[in-house]
Amino acid sequence: MRCARNVYAVFRREFAAYFVTPLAYVFLVVFLALAGALTFYIGNYFEREQADLEPFFTFHPWLYLFLIPAISMRLWAEERKTGTAELLLTLPLSITEAVLGKFLAAWAFTAVALALSFPLWISVNVLGHPDNGVILAGYIGSFVMAGAFLAVSSCMSALTKNQVIAFVLACAASFLFILSGTPMVLGFAQSWLPQVLIDAIASFSFLTHFNAIKKGVIDLRDVIFLASLIALFLYANVVAVELKKSA
Amino acid sequence: MIEVQALSKHFGPIVAVDRVSFAVGRGEVLGFLGPNGAGKSTTMKMIAGFLTPTSGTAKVCGFDVLEEPIAVKARIGYLPEGAPLYADMTPKSFLAFIAAARGFGREEAKRRIATAAAQTQIGTVFDRPIDTLSKGYKRRVGLAQALLHDPEVLILDEPTDGLDPNQKHEVRTLIRELASEKTIVISTHLLDEVSAVCSRAIVIAGGRLAVDTTPAALEARSRLHNAIRLRLAGLALEDARRDLAGVPGVAAIDTLEHEDAGIDLLLYAEGGQPIVTEVSRFVHARGWQVEEIRVERGELDEVFREITTGSA
Repeated sequence: MRCARNVYAVFRREFAAYFVTPLAYVFLVVFLALAGALTFYIGNYFEREQADLEPFFTFHPWLYLFLIPAISMRLWAEERKTGTAELLLTLPLSITEAVLGKFLAAWAFTAVALALSFPLWISVNVLGHPDNGVILAGYIGSFVMAGAFLAVSSCMSALTKNQVIAFVLACAASFLFILSGTPMVLGFAQSWLPQVLIDAIASFSFLTHFNAIKKGVIDLRDVIFLASLIALFLYANVVAVELKKSA
Repeated sequence: MIEVQALSKHFGPIVAVDRVSFAVGRGEVLGFLGPNGAGKSTTMKMIAGFLTPTSGTAKVCGFDVLEEPIAVKARIGYLPEGAPLYADMTPKSFLAFIAAARGFGREEAKRRIATAAAQTQIGTVFDRPIDTLSKGYKRRVGLAQALLHDPEVLILDEPTDGLDPNQKHEVRTLIRELASEKTIVISTHLLDEVSAVCSRAIVIAGGRLAVDTTPAALEARSRLHNAIRLRLAGLALEDARRDLAGVPGVAAIDTLEHEDAGIDLLLYAEGGQPIVTEVSRFVHARGWQVEEIRVERGELDEVFREITTGSA
């Protein structure tokens, strides 16, 4: 199918481009080092004396908060700045195919980062007898949540020519999504908003949805939330690219 | 091949392109002339399917750009202004990407990449990262990308901009070679390029189409068209001027230089009509010593200035 071939062509180019510069390697090292440090020290991995990876997964939203914008800031901002967007968008493929290809490339890169955390999985299996199905569910859930972060960040990247601004916008947007679930925001809102709206705001929070995921529970509602968020922001991404063509 | 009808583009209150209409057929090389900011690039971007027109239509090979953009883009080879490229890639990987995006399978892609690379002579830099290449080579990689799928239509935005004279010559030769089989639109503000390469010239100024004609006709508009540059020796200036003024068809005479050794005159032709036969017969009959006699074709600079500052 032409559509799939076009998406694959863009995907391949973008994915390979990650590994040309040191960016990819730096990112991977930082991600894994941070993940490890957070798990073992802040997460009380040893003190808990439980054979699961919950302390590892708990920190994923916060890791993604900074690291996902870092890998997605160049997706569209760079193209617009160097003028290659004009080249890309005069090829016989649709904006949707281009957006999908880039998004999937960034997502695949995140998958690589997640996969490289396998030493943690090995360590928990050596030290105890964890339920590996639960751990696998945790990885899958984290991967889908990363997709949601990526969709938001990629859309932010399409709004500007400057990668740094794209990074900041993406961080801010991601922060809002995480924050909408914390007691800080909810508590403030509780005093003057109707309960329906409070529930609505809380339901947008990545943290709220991730609570179940990090325990290895894949709730259909969480999956639907994340999937529809991804779809929404990819659509917004297409619109942003179209609107920003003449800027 | 390309039909443009009342094409317009507004950026808010700014009218960048104002109801431009023209048509280009196979075998034609159309030169888009105009000052910077006139709307040449914007028009080309609309035809190539990058920008959406505010109004009007553009059709390529019968396909409307708005209704069937993918079909249009498949038939166009487009080189944007400045030849943007992915700096981290090598020409090889870049062309492989373009080939994949254009739907070629591996074997065919290899063949076409080899052909395009040969046509643009980028074989020696094929495996170097693009950001290490010189401007000339970058431009050629951009051209290779446009030629890769052997399109029926080529749209090249300032293809020789920034190249040295040798490189300009090579690119122009390539365009001339391709011209017979394709429809080519190039934009430039180099007037000698128009004469060298194009079979037709359109002048765009202030977003509007000012002139649609051939390079020869453009030259003919020049005051200098068919003027005679005459260098004589052994004559007194005033005598020569007085006598030559009497030659039929001579509208005016300018003295370019004069010393005791010789005089240099410029005879303007009335109505741009050829006067060389009259003048040469005249000087021959007088037995004057002629050191140089040259027919001027016309200065495009002057024509261009008149057209563009007149309507801007």
